[in-house]
Amino acid sequence: MLVAGIDIGSLTAKALILEDSKIRAYAIIPTGVDSEGTSKKVMNSALERAELSLEDLEYVVSTGYGRVIVPFANKNITEISCHAKGAVFLFPSVRTILDMGGQDCKAIRCDASGKVQNFAMNDKCAAGTGRFFEIIAETMELPLEELGGLSLEAMSAAKISSACVVFAKSEVLALLRKGVDKKNILAGINEAVALRVFALLNRVGIEKDFAITGGIAKNVGVVRKVEEKVGLKALIAEEPQIVGALGAALFAKEALEQV
Amino acid sequence: MLVAGVDVGSLTVKAVILKDGEVAATTTLITGDDAATAARTAINEALKSLAERGVSATLDSLDYVVATGVGRKEVAFAHEVKTDVRCDAVGARHLFPSVRTVVDIGAESCKVIRLSKKGRVEDFTANDKCASGTGMFLDTLAKVIGVGVEKLGELSLKAKEPAKISSMCVVFAESEVISYIHKKTPVEDIIAGVHESISNRIFGMMNRVGIEKDVALVGGVARNVGVVRALEARAGENILVPEAPQIAGALGAALIAAKACEGGA
Repeated sequence: MLVAGIDIGSLTAKALILEDSKIRAYAIIPTGVDSEGTSKKVMNSALERAELSLEDLEYVVSTGYGRVIVPFANKNITEISCHAKGAVFLFPSVRTILDMGGQDCKAIRCDASGKVQNFAMNDKCAAGTGRFFEIIAETMELPLEELGGLSLEAMSAAKISSACVVFAKSEVLALLRKGVDKKNILAGINEAVALRVFALLNRVGIEKDFAITGGIAKNVGVVRKVEEKVGLKALIAEEPQIVGALGAALFAKEALEQV
Repeated sequence: MLVAGVDVGSLTVKAVILKDGEVAATTTLITGDDAATAARTAINEALKSLAERGVSATLDSLDYVVATGVGRKEVAFAHEVKTDVRCDAVGARHLFPSVRTVVDIGAESCKVIRLSKKGRVEDFTANDKCASGTGMFLDTLAKVIGVGVEKLGELSLKAKEPAKISSMCVVFAESEVISYIHKKTPVEDIIAGVHESISNRIFGMMNRVGIEKDVALVGGVARNVGVVRALEARAGENILVPEAPQIAGALGAALIAAKACEGGA
């Protein structure tokens, strides 16, 4: 059985092909201005890797912020359901998921089947999102993917009082002018973000086990700070960006099985 | 009697000197990284302009100094510190005795203060660690649009159809503005949309504390006529704006200093 999940996020689009219960191939590309074109492009890229064509797919579920514009999807499901589904498939013991995406942040609590019990999201503010870290990386003239590793080398975390991107950026600039070590500034940034997402997690209630999904799960500095606040180790997928697309593909599989 | 109020804001420091209850000198300058030095420079400049008017005075000859603003604790020469809310209230009330609602939009802050008939602070709300509804919001978007922040007001008055900006967050609003620029939406319409967005946010805060007439707008952003008009339209109220809205807080601090002096004398 061949099915696919496609997750059109605000910054990246992900497509994943599932063969029975195994991931056959996936692709991640930046979301362009043309979301429909992006959806075709990312799907084709995954299909190419799997050496398949669109006709081979029996069912496609779309998710993410651009889920309604995917022309070849049989069904669309919210990213909250898909992240829970995907995370529980990867880590069956997971009950609480923090999804840190390009432009939003979600805390999700689910049951053993991956069904959503409660969730809270911040989509009004860029604090703690991928966009936040992009701006911080630009301001500090550092590659985005190096932020996490560098922050772990900090001697002490600089004080960053706000997780608002705009305010944090001016605080970072002031600290740089004072000659504060970039590593310490990064540790301060991670602290501010961790505090913020911890509040979001507390709104849904934290239950063991705990997983972080979304692109920011690749930032080991943020992950450590969040783990400190939560008091639990975070389970992280090998490719945390595709958890939503995986969940969508699992829903596609279920839809077929029900027929 | 010579007293002063110093308002150390995130972007600018304002100093006001009162001589026998009348405004004798004012200065505004950029705060920079060193608020303590900026405060001292501001008061010295005000003293200098006082000297040019034939009143010779030094820092030591000031009878009382009250500091306010986010950096108020950095003002080493102040006799007392007071919150921005208190100083805004006193300053606005002095300028417009009928005021019951004071809106202050600064560089990194926004506040709404409700006053009793007698001018006592009854309730207030302020932005908490978010740049939405502040001068920074306008500043960031002006840069994206490529227009000086001081030109926003006039330009927005020429708008035919304000662009809809739905995000409160500066960062997300920035993406919306960029997509309007790509769509070739007239700049005037985009700016008017930005002003509507900021006034929506401020109006929400005004409703939280409750609006009582008259309404005054102070802080640097009050110099933007587009924001004033948008907020008037949103609130359905006429809004009073002083000639130099950014010094309202420093004026309030100076008035409090004068009162302290009288009380002590």
